[in-house]
Amino acid sequence: MDRVLFGDNQFFGVNHSSDEKSRAQTMKFQKDEAILKVLDTAIDEGINTFMCTTHDRIANICEVIRTNDKYNGFQIFPCMPYAHKYANAVTELGYLGTIKQFVPGNIFNTFAKGGLAFVKKDFSSLAELMIDAELKMFKGIKTPVIWVQNVITDLLLGLGMTEFLVTFYRHVKEKHQAEPGFITMNLPLLLDTLEKAGIENPTVCASINKIGFRMSGGKEKYEEVIAQKRCKLVAMQVLAAGALPPAEALEYVCSLDGVESILFGASSRANIHQTKTLIDTYSRV
Amino acid sequence: MIRVGIIGLGKMGLSHCSILGAHPEVEVAGVCDTSGLVIDGFKKYSSFPCYTDYKKMIDQANLDALLIASPTKFHAEMVDYGLERNIHVFCEKPFVLNAEDGIRLSEKADAKGLVNQVGYHNRFLGTFEEVRRLLEKGILGEMYHFLAESYGPVVLREKGGTWRSEKNQGGGCLYDYASHTIDLVYFLLGKPTAVSGTMLKSIFSRGVEDAVYSSMELENGLSGQLSVNWSDETHRKMTTQITVMGKKGKLIADATEVKIFLKEANLQEGLEKGWTIKYLTDLTESVDFYLRGEEYSSQLDHFISCILNKGVQNKSSFKNATVTDQTISKLLENAKQ
Repeated sequence: MDRVLFGDNQFFGVNHSSDEKSRAQTMKFQKDEAILKVLDTAIDEGINTFMCTTHDRIANICEVIRTNDKYNGFQIFPCMPYAHKYANAVTELGYLGTIKQFVPGNIFNTFAKGGLAFVKKDFSSLAELMIDAELKMFKGIKTPVIWVQNVITDLLLGLGMTEFLVTFYRHVKEKHQAEPGFITMNLPLLLDTLEKAGIENPTVCASINKIGFRMSGGKEKYEEVIAQKRCKLVAMQVLAAGALPPAEALEYVCSLDGVESILFGASSRANIHQTKTLIDTYSRV
Repeated sequence: MIRVGIIGLGKMGLSHCSILGAHPEVEVAGVCDTSGLVIDGFKKYSSFPCYTDYKKMIDQANLDALLIASPTKFHAEMVDYGLERNIHVFCEKPFVLNAEDGIRLSEKADAKGLVNQVGYHNRFLGTFEEVRRLLEKGILGEMYHFLAESYGPVVLREKGGTWRSEKNQGGGCLYDYASHTIDLVYFLLGKPTAVSGTMLKSIFSRGVEDAVYSSMELENGLSGQLSVNWSDETHRKMTTQITVMGKKGKLIADATEVKIFLKEANLQEGLEKGWTIKYLTDLTESVDFYLRGEEYSSQLDHFISCILNKGVQNKSSFKNATVTDQTISKLLENAKQ
């Protein structure tokens, strides 16, 4: 993985410190061209990996990336699923209605034998179908790492349904020939759980920042686990939703031996340049 | 270990189940759902004992506590069944459809010394807790108006068909969304006593309202407005905001920040003249297991801690939730006039 990964929260109004800023961002990035322009700026600054959710609008971005030679060296790390899409659908349509809406074709025809009865017995196959559906938009684009979003990783962790995490891991590796990644807000617990399930040295993305924001179990526990180098680790929320000045925030995260990559999102050239430069500088120390 | 049984594995039930599953002082001793699809999944992929009949779970699983996340119309009988067997109860919001049931169950739980809580998670959000603290200190001086708002993208088309879209089951924007907003008004500003000019608007739904607009009066004389709409897709997810106007300034707060405007600096609180903004990152305490917002973990930590430590005052009791149920009844009556 590259040292610096570019995120997409800013494009879709995800802002962990301000609902007002998030609405302003939604307006700013209403048109796909505005997103592409920022991606081009990131490329100019030497960033070549875009880590993004499987939001409907990413499909349009993929279309441009696929057909334009200037993106030849560019790669995407998809993160699935875009959870709000499913959560709102469950509230409106129920579980079965949601499955019907999002699984390609008619789910009850897809499983030729047995329909619903088959679904009940084999949620893993259903999960594989949904993974394939989420990845369709990236066809023809380099996606060397494919992530499962923290809300799903952590939900399954708490439910003790490790088998689905293993299903995701195997399916991504075998069918999509990519490295499976797990996003989590519970790094120590996730590593213990995956190792017990036989997954060694997984690729993981977790909140890591100087003030301990969203580092469940505490910053000390995280630092201990990071130093053990039990995973290929991406640090996210390194600026703690803007609570930390960039230099201080990045100096801290770059000093952690055991953090392989750093994920950040920004909208302006100045911020992208500043963050990239600071990471490069502190990483050389 | 506290042995907890969970009834209802919909969106909230799943979320609670996951948080409790990771809780070091909890053993999930049973899960119950009437949907074959869901319970078969749990039988196959989880290690929790599975039930389709909640009474059987309560009778057989030797529970200390019960978490109820079923459709609202079942809450009263389920809560009663649990209390009757001396089990502590956490119930999802809104509490019950009939406010009289709420009063009876609240008294019953208190008489038996059982911990009782309703899932109004905004009471556990760092930003709203800070608003409550600041208002108790009187930073706005005499308050004269509030605006309590919640918006989100739940019903965006003319179709749909879960219990949330059925009138007599506790569906609709009033029960599902506005209950949070009303409870927040009670938590931050005071007990609602009267409502007027209520408009319940159906936008896409047929059986139920998609928006609630009303004027409210509180016990302490403060009045203000309620504006709630679950068919508003300009919001990515549910957002709740409270604005309070006082003679000394104004305060606007949501889940992520508290913005305070003061005519004069408040030295005790370190608030400047003009605007001060406080962010969630500074106001929230880290939780041991994070799923979807600290407040969801905190409210369950609080429930468990109330069971383990007798005498801790519950922050979102049945009694408090009954006030919101009563306000919902008043809004329904007022809208008919």
